[in-house]
Amino acid sequence: MVAKVVTIVSGKGGVGKTTTAANIAVALASRGLKVTCVDGDIGLRNLDVVLGLENRIVYDLVDVTEGRCRLRQAMIRDKRLPELYLIPAAQTRDKTAVSPSDMVRLCDELRQEVDWIIIDSPAGIERGFKNAIAAADRVLVMTNPEVSAVRDADRVIGLLDAEEKGPAALIINRLDPAMVKRGDMLSVADVIDLLAIELIGIIPEDENVIVATNKGQPLALDGKSKAGLAFQNIARRLMGEQVPFMDLDSQNLFQRLLGRK
Amino acid sequence: MAFLFGRRKSANSAKERLQLVLIHDRTDLSPVELESLKDDLIQTISRHIDIDPMAVTIRVAQDGRSQRLVADIPLRSVGRRRGHETGRAAG
Repeated sequence: MVAKVVTIVSGKGGVGKTTTAANIAVALASRGLKVTCVDGDIGLRNLDVVLGLENRIVYDLVDVTEGRCRLRQAMIRDKRLPELYLIPAAQTRDKTAVSPSDMVRLCDELRQEVDWIIIDSPAGIERGFKNAIAAADRVLVMTNPEVSAVRDADRVIGLLDAEEKGPAALIINRLDPAMVKRGDMLSVADVIDLLAIELIGIIPEDENVIVATNKGQPLALDGKSKAGLAFQNIARRLMGEQVPFMDLDSQNLFQRLLGRK
Repeated sequence: MAFLFGRRKSANSAKERLQLVLIHDRTDLSPVELESLKDDLIQTISRHIDIDPMAVTIRVAQDGRSQRLVADIPLRSVGRRRGHETGRAAG
């Protein structure tokens, strides 16, 4: 096995990197692939709670890079999907505890064990971001259809080009089709036009995301919700499948038929 | 005019504002610096050829993720200038 390393970045915080990393990993693992996700946000770990694995942490990423445990010992196995693993971030250390070359070494070892490695980058463009992209074969840039998130995404895309980690692919998260329709939200076409990179996913605004995170059960486990389906589609596109983008207008059509504006 | 079309859509404002911000973020060139570049350009070119400084425009154009500096510098035609001189001579 020689895994592909995919890193999720955004620049701005709070756009949905961790939720997306968790759900892409779950979606890939639910297709029978062996997946390890790595929480790159040292000091502010969260991938463990989103995946519902927070009570099972013994060793973390820094324990591996500093030689206190073997790689295998830090890989927490998910009970729902036996091919899904998590390497959690250290909570009581900071980003400087790991270097980009540590990440490259760790991923080189992991590559032999699994099919996919999904790395959740911290917000920002400093050390944590550089660590997270160091080993990446593919970088996915997340944004929301908002001015500040799009601006930060553009900055990150420029940095990825400079580090020769491009071309990155874009995920637009929390799109509200009704707001786009009434001209109060940037559309997918607007964002693509501004950022001029390839699109790999559109995730609609969906309350189920918060419900799923509350329970520690990633949405992509069932794939019935709109957002869950969107995560499944991103996973399939990563695997090389041609998957058409969801028609997010269907709900509006339904509302129009009911006579609601 | 705006009242004819109702409220201006906020998404359009967002896009237009972002277009300008991204150009300056990507080039590290502020509107003030661009204006000073324009003045330098006018000075330099004027030493060689007669131009109309008021008609010069300079902007950063987008082509995918790459930028180019586009300057439009209308030349004063030699024929018209001669005309002026003749006029002055006659007056």
